[in-house]
Amino acid sequence: MLPLNATILQITEESPFVRTFFFDLNFETMEPGQFVMVWVRGVDEVPMGLSRINSITVLKVGETTSKLFELKEGDSFGLRGPLGRGFSLPSKNEKILIIAGGVGAAPLSPYAEAAYAAGSEVHTILGARSADELIFEKRFLNVGKVYISTDDGSKGTKGFVTDVLKELDFLVYDKILICGKELMMVSVFRLIKDRKVLKKTEFSLQRYFKCGIGICGSCCIDRSGFRVCKEGPVFSGAQLLDSEFGSYDRDASGRRVKI
Amino acid sequence: MYTLTGLKMKNSTILAAGILGTTGASLCRVALEGGADAVVTKSIGSIPKKGHSNPTIVQLEGGFLNAMGLPNPSYPGFLQELKIAKKYSGVPVIASIFGGTVVEFIEVAEGLLPGKPDAFELNVSCPHSERYGAAVGSNPCLVEAITAAVKDIVNVPVWVKLTPNVSDITCIGTAAESGGADAVVAINTLKGMAIDIESGYPILGNRSGGLSGKAVKPIAVKCIYDLYTTLKIPVIGVGGVSCWQDAVEMMMAGAAAVQVGSAVYERIDIFYEINKGIKAFLQRKSYSDIKELIGLSHEMV
Repeated sequence: MLPLNATILQITEESPFVRTFFFDLNFETMEPGQFVMVWVRGVDEVPMGLSRINSITVLKVGETTSKLFELKEGDSFGLRGPLGRGFSLPSKNEKILIIAGGVGAAPLSPYAEAAYAAGSEVHTILGARSADELIFEKRFLNVGKVYISTDDGSKGTKGFVTDVLKELDFLVYDKILICGKELMMVSVFRLIKDRKVLKKTEFSLQRYFKCGIGICGSCCIDRSGFRVCKEGPVFSGAQLLDSEFGSYDRDASGRRVKI
Repeated sequence: MYTLTGLKMKNSTILAAGILGTTGASLCRVALEGGADAVVTKSIGSIPKKGHSNPTIVQLEGGFLNAMGLPNPSYPGFLQELKIAKKYSGVPVIASIFGGTVVEFIEVAEGLLPGKPDAFELNVSCPHSERYGAAVGSNPCLVEAITAAVKDIVNVPVWVKLTPNVSDITCIGTAAESGGADAVVAINTLKGMAIDIESGYPILGNRSGGLSGKAVKPIAVKCIYDLYTTLKIPVIGVGGVSCWQDAVEMMMAGAAAVQVGSAVYERIDIFYEINKGIKAFLQRKSYSDIKELIGLSHEMV
């Protein structure tokens, strides 16, 4: 698939460093958790989780996202997708726990809405460094109960999402879905620990992507050799046992880098 | 059991270089879950390279256009991956290497020897990396010198992967043979380009790249056919193979074995499928040995 042309219809400030870009394409077949390759022409192409069928929500972290932030409504970028495997879809009467840190809320917010629409009960632990960096709190509140944690205590529990999780009986949930920085995710993974419960969990991984479609092998994880862009980016906790998750990833040249 | 340049393989379907070959784990997966009879690594050089900026691969109607730019962790960084592939894949592991000069090729080959690769494949054919690949591989004198130099320092088979972006591929193949190559591999990708008409930008980060996939298969078949006529050493076919029929066709043109690359996009286990298909074909046509297929079309005059 060649990149589709996406014209920016609207830009929303979600936090000081996070913006949502609404575009004129609708990815009707999107499964929450799937990603698109965003081509900022003349710069680079990077993977981004879809935050709706027609939006991406982006944290400004490097050169490409900085260039993306320079774009205005009416400007355009290229999009390939939706790609990869998303979170497994909810069914009726299931109890769902969502754990989202920072911009990790982006791919999980459409999931929360889909789960609510399917008739499941949705609880969310939403974490950020501070109150003004909480993303999509309203969207999660609209579909269920929300627990908040902030590193600085400016809203909700002072501390990390795991400080909230420790106090919950997570055995009651049918699915636990996690997206955020790898250090956060791996602390959730270690807290849950038990293989039986890990089978109910799903983590969205971030790795360096080149092709984005399962050919080049830049994003393969140890020891399974799974392609994060194709078999992932969402993996069950059980698939991540005995893996590189939480210890290292790879840079553009393929060298291992400690997390 | 099938023997190719001394390597023992169950069948003759091999993972091509540059596909799922950056990590030991992914090479093992292609062998164990995918059924590849041997695996070729990502091309490794002397210093770590990030490669070109994205987009590095895009899918076109008839194939894939790529300009990865030889990203690799360099031979010191890759040794641990090579060791994992050797230890757990259960199949021959061929180290693909590149360099800009004879000296660089020697450095990388020597550097990877502790990982005990079963063979080397010399990448003198990548079409989109300045100074490397086809820049080297379109010069027959250089190809012969590099092949001879690497042959001199290793005691495993050396394959030479050829570029079709030359006026006469048999001339380069002959140079590799004269240098002492144990086999040639044909073909690498064909120079290509795609432009985004909404913006006018070339799509690939490197602006242009190499075409692989279905569209290049007839070109590969012709190159293999010509090389088979000219050379005494085996020709390993690669370029657009995505089903057993393609593999059989390449063998009839003269391929002693077949490599599969971009087709793993759709399914990792394509190697199993191809071998199964070939086996059924041999039975249906009452061939006693796969070797009867190799170069068969040359007899049909």
